[in-house]
Amino acid sequence: MAEFLQLVFSGLTVGAVYALVALGFTLIYNASDVINFAQGDFVMIGGMGTVFLTAAGLALPVAAFIAIVAAVMVGLALHRFAIQPARGASPVALIMITIGASIFIRGVAQIVFDKQFHSLPAFSGSDPIHLGGATILPQSLWVMGGALVVVAGLYAFLEHTLLGKAVLATAANRLAARLVGINVTVILALAFGVSAAIGAVAGILVTPITLTRFDVGTLFALKGFAAAMLGGMGNPLGAVVGGLLIGLLETFGAGYLSSTYKDAVAFVAILLVLLFMPRGLFGGRSVERV
Amino acid sequence: MLVALLRSRLAALLLLAAIMALFPLIAPSAFYLRVAALVWIFALAALGLTILMGYAGQVSLGHAGFLGLGAYGVAIGPAHLGLPPLLSLVLAAALAGLIAYLVGRPILRLKGYYLAIATLGFGMILALVFNSESAVTGGPDGMAVARMTVLGWRITGALNWYWVSAGALLVGAWLALNLQASPSGRALRALHDSEVAAAGVGVNVAAKKLSAFVIGAVYAAFAGGLLASLNGLITPEASSFMQSIELVAMVIIGGLGSVFGAVVGAAFLVVLPQALTAFQEYEQAVLGLLIMVFMIFLPDGIVPTIRRWLLERLS
Amino acid sequence: MSVLEVSDIGISFGGLVAVDGVSFAVEPGEVFSIIGPNGAGKTTLFNLVTGIYRPQRGSVALDGETITGLSPYLLVRRGMARTFQNLQIFFRMTALENVMVGCHLAERSSLLADLLGLPSVSRQNRITRTAALALLERVGLAAYADRPAGSLSYGVLKRLEIARALAANPRLLLLDEPAAGCNAVETETLDALICAIARDGVAVVLIEHDMKLVMKISNRVLVLAQGRRLAEGPPQSVRNDPAVIAAYLGDHGSREADRAQH
Repeated sequence: MAEFLQLVFSGLTVGAVYALVALGFTLIYNASDVINFAQGDFVMIGGMGTVFLTAAGLALPVAAFIAIVAAVMVGLALHRFAIQPARGASPVALIMITIGASIFIRGVAQIVFDKQFHSLPAFSGSDPIHLGGATILPQSLWVMGGALVVVAGLYAFLEHTLLGKAVLATAANRLAARLVGINVTVILALAFGVSAAIGAVAGILVTPITLTRFDVGTLFALKGFAAAMLGGMGNPLGAVVGGLLIGLLETFGAGYLSSTYKDAVAFVAILLVLLFMPRGLFGGRSVERV
Repeated sequence: MLVALLRSRLAALLLLAAIMALFPLIAPSAFYLRVAALVWIFALAALGLTILMGYAGQVSLGHAGFLGLGAYGVAIGPAHLGLPPLLSLVLAAALAGLIAYLVGRPILRLKGYYLAIATLGFGMILALVFNSESAVTGGPDGMAVARMTVLGWRITGALNWYWVSAGALLVGAWLALNLQASPSGRALRALHDSEVAAAGVGVNVAAKKLSAFVIGAVYAAFAGGLLASLNGLITPEASSFMQSIELVAMVIIGGLGSVFGAVVGAAFLVVLPQALTAFQEYEQAVLGLLIMVFMIFLPDGIVPTIRRWLLERLS
Repeated sequence: MSVLEVSDIGISFGGLVAVDGVSFAVEPGEVFSIIGPNGAGKTTLFNLVTGIYRPQRGSVALDGETITGLSPYLLVRRGMARTFQNLQIFFRMTALENVMVGCHLAERSSLLADLLGLPSVSRQNRITRTAALALLERVGLAAYADRPAGSLSYGVLKRLEIARALAANPRLLLLDEPAAGCNAVETETLDALICAIARDGVAVVLIEHDMKLVMKISNRVLVLAQGRRLAEGPPQSVRNDPAVIAAYLGDHGSREADRAQH
């Protein structure tokens, strides 16, 4: 029982990160129909940026803030220089562009940062808390709490602010949104910026637990994508649930089956969802018209 | 006359053969021959991918998985099963084809980015298997590969490998060019443009897509086997996500659906790291930039753009 | 025996009944037009007959053989061909190649032979090329043979699709709004072409909005409204049917139809 609970805590922790990545995917996908492969690299920028800025002497909150801002700027640049010029390209071409962007960001990170693993000190100490026979790191609580705050904040923004409603309108029908006077380009940029921020926050929160490196982006992107697909592409609630599920499945798989194939869980999930329930658990937006 | 030449399959093949024959005469050292051999090998893999992506219009972001199958086949055959290397190569290619057939049937029902992601997932699972089954594959450090022997003759030395890989590419190019100008080729190109209409004239769209997928897999497996034998070593990197993306980049940069495009694209991406040895750390950034620039501004790729430009000037 | 026999065919999409128990038969050499307001279910009916949708009730028979729900690529084998409302042309191929693909079923070639470039493949290519050129001539597009389809005008592409459909040697040809977007001259050419095709013994079924064309060339007309058959018969009787006039033609359409008869 204790072991089970332990796995649940681990699974929810890493699942919370996948949920945030998936949420970022969903936001961009809803606004622009683009599958943004560079989503995972925002996580990396948040983590690596904070590490290097604290090493340079800045206090953690300041470093974290600047790292988030940096991620947002990269997100905006991605939209402005890679996505916008390619308007009208096929979905596959757009994926390739974001893959290229991801590789580019990774390549630059390699130069600006370095190729080592890095960590951050836990925010409130690393003494494990005992709960129901299992232990949980305080940092895990930070991760899950942080994710909750982000999700709640995003929900409040989308449902209860005018700008948020404009984002929803653009997601529902871009042409109609344009016709009622919404500046769609600004909304798209906003979507990219907010996604980047969400990713960066996730990265900062999780680095004390999982470490960070210039190339962690790819796996986060793939798993976040698996989570978004599992929950239903384009469905924010699905993204969160999907993320938690993938995290749990992965951790339980590693715990009870095989730890070497831990990463395979997400890929197998992708294949199963695509082949058997392409609309995901909560029914995403319509699948490609045949 | 020139227009006919630009369109002629035989001319394309002869041009390629001529380039292959002349290069050793101007290559300054064995190193250049080795790089060229790598170009021919990756061009072969890219050619398989261009048949799938360029002719049939299906996307695969996991193609390196098949490359890995061929490579590990050639390593495992002699090392664990006591089979001669050449037979291992053929069997590995056949296995790749079989796996492509089995996996392709369900996966190719998907379209657009769903297909892209599914192939990506498939490729990653293969790479993970190669990385994890250490007892068989040597794990992350890979395994040594026995020298390739053809009818008793051990292939060693840069020049010999140059001719072997050039020959393999020439055969692959010949097959691909034949396919392009045949009923099957027309059917593939048709389903690329409109699946509904292709079905409407009686094309068995599912079967044709599958055949392109299998052909692409076999090409990649042969290339992988040659690569492993050439290097004497194989690691899971050869079947990684990055390798799959590089193959797609070759096809996009060189030109989708063009035999010469696969060669040009392969040359681009094989020579790039060599050219950047001084700036090795910039390699990834440059690759990423290249992909973005080509996909945004030159989505047709180098060779078709040049050919079209030439045709317009001459008409 | 009728070439095409549709019996009580029906389909609903999520509660909305698109086609509701429609039946009709078409004879060889007949030009049979299906008309009706937008949303009447004409294209859905087409898609049911051509295997794109599976009917939830009823059946379709081709020359007496039941073909209900068969995939489109199998139906071509049995002698049915169609064109598309939204031009499904192979834009990156030349006009000639488009029609050559149409000959796909008649081609005898295996994948292996194609890869190896055997002499049989060149021979087959020659045969297909000749057949395709003949078809282009038949629709009056021989001059465009080597032009990329993407560079051709709308009216030309409409005829190209018909040439491609004819390449399969069908006994039944279904044309989905062949005159849509065509000017008066193009429509005249089309009208002559369709009549010539029917004269060769092919049954032609068309969906059309151009009343002049429909009334001029049709042997019989089926009027659909809200997924159901409203009227069926020779153009004259349909034209004068009060229910049809009320639902669809209105006064304007009626006058158009009149003009076509004179």
